[in-house]
Amino acid sequence: MTILAKHAAYRHAYDALLAHGVDPLNVKFDAVLSPTEGVLNGQTTILLGTNNYLGLTFDHDCIEKAVEATRSQGTGTTGSRVANGTYGGHAQLEAEIADFYGRKQAMVFSTGYQANLGVLSSLVGRGDHLMLDADSHASIYDGSRLGMAEVIRFRHNNPDDLYKRLRRLEGMPGDRLIVVEGIYSMLGDTAPLKEFAHVKRETGAYLLVDEAHSLGVLGETGRGLAEQAGVEEDVDFIVGTFSKSLGSVGGFCVSDNPDFDLLKIVCRPYMFTASLPPGVIASTIQALRTLRAEPRLRHDLMRNATRLYDGLGAMGFQTGPEANPIVAVTMPNQEMAAVFWKMLLESGLYINLAIPPATPTNASLLRLSVSAAHSVQQIDRALEIFADVGRKLGFLSSDRRRAAGAV
Amino acid sequence: MRQNHQLALVETNGGGASSAMRDEIAAIFEQVLGRPVSLSDDTNIVEDLGMDSLGVMNFVMGIEDFYDLSIPLDRVAQIQTVADLMRAVEDLKSGKAV
Ligand SMILES: Cc1ncc(COP(=O)(O)O)c(C=O)c1O
Repeated sequence: MTILAKHAAYRHAYDALLAHGVDPLNVKFDAVLSPTEGVLNGQTTILLGTNNYLGLTFDHDCIEKAVEATRSQGTGTTGSRVANGTYGGHAQLEAEIADFYGRKQAMVFSTGYQANLGVLSSLVGRGDHLMLDADSHASIYDGSRLGMAEVIRFRHNNPDDLYKRLRRLEGMPGDRLIVVEGIYSMLGDTAPLKEFAHVKRETGAYLLVDEAHSLGVLGETGRGLAEQAGVEEDVDFIVGTFSKSLGSVGGFCVSDNPDFDLLKIVCRPYMFTASLPPGVIASTIQALRTLRAEPRLRHDLMRNATRLYDGLGAMGFQTGPEANPIVAVTMPNQEMAAVFWKMLLESGLYINLAIPPATPTNASLLRLSVSAAHSVQQIDRALEIFADVGRKLGFLSSDRRRAAGAV
Repeated sequence: MRQNHQLALVETNGGGASSAMRDEIAAIFEQVLGRPVSLSDDTNIVEDLGMDSLGVMNFVMGIEDFYDLSIPLDRVAQIQTVADLMRAVEDLKSGKAV
């Protein structure tokens, strides 16, 4: 019995996976070759689970900018901007993000996780009301616990349930902040943002959208779900990350709020952690410029996403509600999910195994994320591997099998 | 002993109302779990009823719908027994600061 014995239930769940010869938390790449290929156990493997939506991790310009900035400004800032100052790159990146979103203000954090911790714990405090979608990302839940606001959870993607809960607060003092995500990271479903915006207007609440998975993915110019849904005016705060479509690491928040600068002196997850190193900032600035200059990337991404989603659906796999770069295949149970995942890996396909408690509705999922950098051949190869493993596991019903054979 | 203590507590709050609420709560449990349950004030919601975190969430949302209130997450975290739950619902219904 050690101090960690309190987590024995997690140990048992993990051991159950290990018993199937599956260790999803210890996948060790021998090498990463490109945004879409790595080497695992000596085998070249298609990467179809890395959130590398625009495939910019190996972009020539991004790498050059990172190298240049590292040579001229060093490997790190060795402290927070409060203590060690703001480098030119930090201010430049903030200006370019604000410009991209057409907002007055932007603030950069060291990760998207910290952006949510910082923003959620600072925007609302004691006596305020924080309204969270039940399927919110861990960083949103953790941010809600860092602050002192009363936290109320509404049913996933359900504006009526949110409305009902806001109505119950009528007459009570305090600000209300609604938090939703652009694309939900497990099932790839989007928030009904128009309807949420309507509820926000009706009730006088503030609205924050976490566009972690939708930046560079949705919207005419890649600004995310708020742009696609045509409700940017109603969104008071947008939070996002550099760690997915922009291929680096870091988080941000943008807003037109006139007091936004206050966040930089009250937000502890901003003030008490080291700022991003020059190389990361430089590659992120370049990636954002590339995102803006090359809408082709978004079109390639959606072409691949639709091809994968349609292909899996045609084989009879149960996928999420809409074709997005996140494609989730629901498995009948955890054992099947684990074995399926392992066989995909052995066949040269890397995806994410997502099991409770990390998944909504306690489902066991095979979670795939598509990149603009995948070739059509890679998507087709992934579909072939899925069909093959599905067949071996007796997973596809006999009449579906014929369809799968046609892929 | 604990049982008696709880009963005494319930009685001072008005036994009739509480047992009515316990029946209502039992009905909501049965809806979520899909099987009959028998509840006492001491019933531990997670351990005795074998609910996982999703079950608890669905159950709490059922309670919220029925009584037309929202139980804040920090308050949910404090609820272990049926008696805790009934107290939370009472407090929130009467608008008592918690
Ligand atoms: C919805 C959402 N918000 C925030 C984050 C955190 O992003 P980061 O990796 O930059 O910490 C993630 C990524 O996992 C996410 O899915």
